[in-house]
Amino acid sequence: MDPYLIEAIINGILLGGVLALLALGLNLIFGVIDVVWIAYADIVMCGMYVIYFLYVEYGVPLPLACLIAIASIAALGVVVHLLIIAPVLNSAPINQLLATGGLLFFLQSFATLLFGTDFRNIGVRLPILEIATLYISFARLIAFCVGLVGAVLLYLFLKRTYIGTAIRAIAQDRDIVGLMGVDQRRIYLVTSAIGGALAGLAACLLALQYDVHPHIGNTFGPVIFMICVLGGLGNMIGGFIASFIISQIIAIGGYYSNTELSYVLAFTFFIVLMFVRPRGIFAR
Amino acid sequence: MTVMRVVMLVGLAILIALPAVVPPYFLHLLIQILLWAFIYTAWALMGRFGFVSFGHGAFMGVGAYVPALLWTYYGLTPWIGIPLGIALSMLLAVVIGYPCFRLRVVGHYFALVTLALSQVVLLSLVAARDVTGGSLGFTQRAVGHSWYALQFPEKSYFYGISIVVWLVGLYVWHHIDRGINREALEAISEDEDAAAAIGINVLREKLRVTVISAALTALGGAVYAQYMMYINPETVSGIAVSLQIVFAVVAGGVYSMLGPTVGSLLTLSLTEGLRVWFGTNFIGAANTIYGILLILCIIFMPQGIVGALKGLRLWSPRTKAAAPAE
Repeated sequence: MDPYLIEAIINGILLGGVLALLALGLNLIFGVIDVVWIAYADIVMCGMYVIYFLYVEYGVPLPLACLIAIASIAALGVVVHLLIIAPVLNSAPINQLLATGGLLFFLQSFATLLFGTDFRNIGVRLPILEIATLYISFARLIAFCVGLVGAVLLYLFLKRTYIGTAIRAIAQDRDIVGLMGVDQRRIYLVTSAIGGALAGLAACLLALQYDVHPHIGNTFGPVIFMICVLGGLGNMIGGFIASFIISQIIAIGGYYSNTELSYVLAFTFFIVLMFVRPRGIFAR
Repeated sequence: MTVMRVVMLVGLAILIALPAVVPPYFLHLLIQILLWAFIYTAWALMGRFGFVSFGHGAFMGVGAYVPALLWTYYGLTPWIGIPLGIALSMLLAVVIGYPCFRLRVVGHYFALVTLALSQVVLLSLVAARDVTGGSLGFTQRAVGHSWYALQFPEKSYFYGISIVVWLVGLYVWHHIDRGINREALEAISEDEDAAAAIGINVLREKLRVTVISAALTALGGAVYAQYMMYINPETVSGIAVSLQIVFAVVAGGVYSMLGPTVGSLLTLSLTEGLRVWFGTNFIGAANTIYGILLILCIIFMPQGIVGALKGLRLWSPRTKAAAPAE
């Protein structure tokens, strides 16, 4: 087989790790709070700016900058929930979608206002691994591994802790859970914080590979929604698998044609699959 | 209602007489407001029944690019090119709409499928960069003043054209609002199963209004392209335009005839006003305020500005679709 094709496939798998992490965060929020955060990718963008400014402008060590970014984006998640989601919690689903869409507008243009439209890079150059004839980006490998670790940790948290159990219960039946003595508002806040933290973690991984600019959310935001819907909104394992399917389509499509067409292929695949399996690939 | 009719006619007369008195810059603004108002009205035809499409960027992109490309490369007059673009856009609406409505893809899912559609059109336009110029945009061949090419350097011609298309949009809205289909569509938006049970052909009703909406949006895109002469995938298609359409309508009010127009007037004057006020040093200031306003609008007055004003005036009962403004 052509080594470039193998490289494309490996890169696809590595890309899938980061996408899976993002899809997990979005799915968690959807499954628990039942609101789609259209602006999720733009919250990731905020995290990338936090890392950029801490590391490049203020000389904070990179690991510390990453931790601060994760914490601050988790806090941002809570703020977003309190200010925007909580007031529309009982409105029509489409109004919730629009409210978070307003947040998307706000975050993108506020970032433009503060930082301009320049592409900024944190300037960390990680080595490229050479295995046999294949070249693999170390940054992507890290992103993949951390993405997987994050997913496993989230899984353990949801399965093994009391609050994780409460979160899963609320995703199954939000009315009964209240009767069982679980404070829904607190669970919503915790979920928003975890969703934010996952976005912050993804921001750390993406900052290693991509330049940050105000509209970076538009490049992978739609892809994340597509993945979540494909896996079945709220179905975390489905979203996890779907992210690898989509990343393979993008990677292999990119090998045979160009990047834009590979995304066109992925979106078309999504539309067609919605007609074949309207509730996601793994719907029962 | 005769008083209202007189008021409307006087308003229209003032609108038509405006080019004689206002400077070209304001004429340019007015043309844009009217054209976007037309596109927003087209979106609201669906949106008011709860079929929220994030894919209107796709229809607008097709409507804008097809005639521009055909004219520039083959010299085909826009008089044929625009109907072709509209037809293609309607075809696209059927290809997406039929399976969606057949398989009950509704709500979030419908919004996201149409979002994917607008990304498909955007990325295809960028990918075909040899023909469309990709992200750099496309400037169609200019020939000066020509009815054949539908190009007019003087703004007053396009001002007239945009008034006409805007009125067409309002007429279609009025027609649907007054027709029996409205009752059927409202029943569908409340409960599809119940609507089907009383003998409404759910699929046909939804498909019809979607195709009409797509066709008008494509027409709006085509006129926009003829007027601006320069089009860019990002400004006529994709997620940004789709969201812009949705938000302006929500801000103005989706349930009233003039709501989308108010939305267009408000958002464009806000953008332009802030741009003049802040200058170009503060790119993004306008949209930042815009974003905040949108969130506030949705939280505090989901009926939109026109809807909220109506509520004040009439203490109208909480009906979902208020009576049209007249």
